[in-house]
Amino acid sequence: MTDIQTLESAILAEIEAATDETALDAVRVGALGKKGSISEQMKTLGKMTPEERQTMGPLLNGLKTKVADAVKTRQDVLKRAGVEARLASERVDVTLPGRPNPLEKGRIHPITQVMDEITAIFADMGFSVAEGPDIETDYYNFTALNFPEGHPAREMHDTFFFNPDENGERRVLRTHTSPVQIRTMETQKPPIRIVIPGKTYRQDSDATHSAMFHQLEGLVIDEKANIANLKWMLQEFCKTFFEVPSLNMRFRPSFFPFTEPSLEVDIQCDRSGAEVKLGEGDDWMEILGSGMVHPNVLRAGGVDPDVYQGFAWGIGIDRIAMLKYGMPDLRPFFEADQRWINHYGFRPLDMPTLFDGLSA
Amino acid sequence: MKFTLSWLRDHLETEATLDEIIETLTMIGLEVEDVDDRAAFKPFTIAKVLSAEKHPDADKLQVLSVDTGDGNPIQVVCGAPNARAGLVGAFAGPGTYVPGIDVTLGVGNIRGVESRGMMCSERELELSEDHDGIIDLPDDAPVGQPFADYAGLNDPVIEIGITPNRPDALGVAGIAKDLAAAGLGTVKSPAIPVIEGHGRCPVAVDLSGDGAAQFCPAFGLRLVRNVKNGPSPKWMQQRLKAIGLRSISALVDITNYVTFDRGRPLHVFDADKVKGNLAVRRATGEEEFLALDAKTYKPTRDHFVIADDNGPESLAGIMGGEESGCTETTTNVLIESALWDPLTVARTGRDLGIITDARYRFERGVDPGFNMPGLDYGTSLVMELCGGEPTEATLAGAIPQPDLTIEFPVSETERLTGEAVSSQESADILRRLGFGVEEAEELLNVSVPGDRPDVHGKADLVEEIMRIRGIDNIEPQPLPSLSVMGEKILTTGQIRTRNARRTLAARGMSEAICYSFIPADHAEAFGGGADELKLSNPIASDMSDMRPSLLPSLLAAAKRNADRGMADLSVFEVSHVYRGVEPEDQHRVAAGLRRGTSHLEVEGRNWSGNGEPVDVFDAKEDALAVLAACGMDPSKVQIEAASPDWYHPGRSGTLKLGPKVVLGTFGEFHPMTLELIDVTGPLCGFEINLDAIPEARRKANRSKGALNLSPLQPVRRDFAFVLDKGADAATVLRAASGADKKLITSVKIFDLFEGPSLGEGKKSLAIEVTLQPSEKTLTDEEIDAIAAKVIENVTKSTGGVLRG
Repeated sequence: MTDIQTLESAILAEIEAATDETALDAVRVGALGKKGSISEQMKTLGKMTPEERQTMGPLLNGLKTKVADAVKTRQDVLKRAGVEARLASERVDVTLPGRPNPLEKGRIHPITQVMDEITAIFADMGFSVAEGPDIETDYYNFTALNFPEGHPAREMHDTFFFNPDENGERRVLRTHTSPVQIRTMETQKPPIRIVIPGKTYRQDSDATHSAMFHQLEGLVIDEKANIANLKWMLQEFCKTFFEVPSLNMRFRPSFFPFTEPSLEVDIQCDRSGAEVKLGEGDDWMEILGSGMVHPNVLRAGGVDPDVYQGFAWGIGIDRIAMLKYGMPDLRPFFEADQRWINHYGFRPLDMPTLFDGLSA
Repeated sequence: MKFTLSWLRDHLETEATLDEIIETLTMIGLEVEDVDDRAAFKPFTIAKVLSAEKHPDADKLQVLSVDTGDGNPIQVVCGAPNARAGLVGAFAGPGTYVPGIDVTLGVGNIRGVESRGMMCSERELELSEDHDGIIDLPDDAPVGQPFADYAGLNDPVIEIGITPNRPDALGVAGIAKDLAAAGLGTVKSPAIPVIEGHGRCPVAVDLSGDGAAQFCPAFGLRLVRNVKNGPSPKWMQQRLKAIGLRSISALVDITNYVTFDRGRPLHVFDADKVKGNLAVRRATGEEEFLALDAKTYKPTRDHFVIADDNGPESLAGIMGGEESGCTETTTNVLIESALWDPLTVARTGRDLGIITDARYRFERGVDPGFNMPGLDYGTSLVMELCGGEPTEATLAGAIPQPDLTIEFPVSETERLTGEAVSSQESADILRRLGFGVEEAEELLNVSVPGDRPDVHGKADLVEEIMRIRGIDNIEPQPLPSLSVMGEKILTTGQIRTRNARRTLAARGMSEAICYSFIPADHAEAFGGGADELKLSNPIASDMSDMRPSLLPSLLAAAKRNADRGMADLSVFEVSHVYRGVEPEDQHRVAAGLRRGTSHLEVEGRNWSGNGEPVDVFDAKEDALAVLAACGMDPSKVQIEAASPDWYHPGRSGTLKLGPKVVLGTFGEFHPMTLELIDVTGPLCGFEINLDAIPEARRKANRSKGALNLSPLQPVRRDFAFVLDKGADAATVLRAASGADKKLITSVKIFDLFEGPSLGEGKKSLAIEVTLQPSEKTLTDEEIDAIAAKVIENVTKSTGGVLRG
């Protein structure tokens, strides 16, 4: 009895004293190996009387199990300690900056962003997006749009001209996106619902005018579209685009050669501070021109003005971008200044949708 | 168009306040751009100088004691020679802003004497240029009253923007008519007296010259003898000054007054300086003409003049001449009221660079019906202000009669605006605006008056009714849904544009939008510069040519940023380039540029590894990323080492699809190109023509098909080949893949080595070939056979050898 107890405490003490897995294994072999102290004891069982064996058998087996368990436990402790030591040695300074993320660095130009916002809104109203060339003929830019030859309205456009060709015809840089109205009517039968974003050009340059700018044209042609619809549509658009809960709008009679009646649209704003605030205040700001498509324009597009009717509008994309996002000056839009685009640009995955609230 | 409130009230009987008038003007289409309530004049008070003593310390100054009406005399130091005891003038106290000297007064101390304000000259109040002395009012001017009330300076000035279709609103009378139609009162424009005159006008007008009768349908003229020209009366001067005109003399002021009062420009000749008769004729192109603005013009044969025996006396419809102009000494005056062809007047004014109130009105259209009344009105004002005896009026040509009648179904207003307006109300509005209306049930026969040349058809009448009723009355109505769900909103080109932009931004690049026009030498360096793509009137000489490529704009942008210290830059643009003037010559292009060390994932110095200078492969990856974003499988793209001149010939390439379709180019830039744009590298860029990418065939359904995964392990084998340095990696890849198109699923280049051990002009390229068995595990013999085929294919196609 005493021998076994002595043996047990000796082995358990050795296990506890083992400081690495090799030492522990030596203890295990010394106790449980073929020639181990417990194995040697087990061998003596055969020579014992059945009575002795009855007592010693369970005792020795119990010891064997106990030692094996103790080895396992010690093994786990040592392994954990080893892993912890390795991990401690592998520690790095996680406050070091990570690698640059291109998604965080890249920027989308505000014009692109605003065009995507506009597309999201008008797509929802059943419009598709049309386009046309920047270099236009006099016919598409003026004549077909009911600008009579020599009319003062032509002069007001500050047109860029190309040199006359051999037939004396001068191409122009389009002064508005309206030529696409004609080009669309020539190829598509009503009903027509299109918006036309694009570059436009006028010989003019200051803080709010640039020789190149962007316009969004809209055209609706069917058998019923009228000014009441136009008012509704523009109100919906402005409210959604500017993301304000309410926005007072004012429709004023005006003049454009290609619409009759013609309306200019102002939005309510507060100009008392450094930035223009929309939807509050008691000032008005003109933001777009619109009207019923002039019968002569419908005719030029091959559409019968007594059967079909519709409305058109044009809005400055740069201008509404400036209003919404607070750029005070138009000129840097086209200067590709990295500091400007870092500040005013949008991140690559900021894709405007109506389901996430446009710019949210 | 400017006018004052009192001027408007001459024509409009109304109870409306200034605010109501302003609001109504804007809402009927006469947009108010500015209202000057002339508050600046309010602080000036009529004051009397009680005493004037010499300044103790200055010879030219006096110390005044001024009574401003409240019984407490104020001390003012004054340098005006006419300052004296008893003078009544205009006083400004401390805190008053004096416009003529742009100063807000304080309490001053002038050479030791306190001065609490000033007595003002006319120039200090911007009333005239007069600065010889302070304002000297009659003795009975009411001391203590506002000077502005006394001097008629309290009349608010309203400025409205007139759209080109509204010549009728270029006179105060027309504006009053519009306001009255909108319910803001009744018209009370003074009636025009009919002037009979005595005897024939001695000067005849000849319209027989080439084109004269077309240019001038009617020319009214009358002589007024024995006039006395002098300053016009104060009320007229004040009105003209208030709207920004200079008062010249009664005769000249009358023509300006009628121009603004009735929208009817007149001209006056000093009859004694006119030799013989007048003729409307083309300018010879040789004559020089000294106009009333004291400038000399040389009109061409496209332009018309009114000439006498001495030569041109007036640029018809635009500006009179100095030679026959009226002066203080004029005693006999010829008054002209004529009609001129709007387009010719517009062109003449444009060609000669003259903008006048007359041109502005004639090119928009002047009411023919008011031609002779206008002459009579001018005559009556001359007689009233200058005296004299008029002759009968003479009329060359004939007054055109308005003859346009529009059949107007009353329903038209509802059709176009959504708001029904009754026959009665429509007719009433049109009549108030001066239209003739015959009612026949739901159809109106509307005759258009001569002052509305803009009205041609039904839609114009709808506008008239709508604007006078008020657009606010139109209730918004939703646009009915067209119920076409799921149709494509964008064209393929637009989708590619959008995808290219978002992809490049996601690669860390910033989007630029640059001008479509660039300097001529930049355009030429990038294959452009054709004559047909040059602007004839560029806004600046370095913005003259439509760009053939986006790269010069981006390179110039890189330079600007580098000059500001941004050495590392990744920038892109997706926009149009122009290869000709036709619509099909305009191409949608995506281009990008990386400068310095601006790679996809590293830029500049970093603790984990510094960015190396960018090179051709950065540009190539960007280019292929754009193609992939536009639906093009990059593995289908062929890459050729050839590229346009603006690239480094050994570090650039062309992306092609088959022998003909060029998708784009990429590479580092030619040093001469960079020198031209004055920018330094390292720089690399690419350009993809989005229009050149073939449209993917649209499959019948959107199913991606079943996924068949092989249960068998792929097998990988590595090979290294020693090749000539000029051999293409693409050839190696193609040859290796061709060894077994079914089993070989990928070939990757994992090493490139060049070194003396390989021999002069050689390189080693190592590839990893992956075999993916699908039915059964490959035996060693099968794998060896494929390996042998890979080696054979590569050595045959490149002339290289397997590296031992």
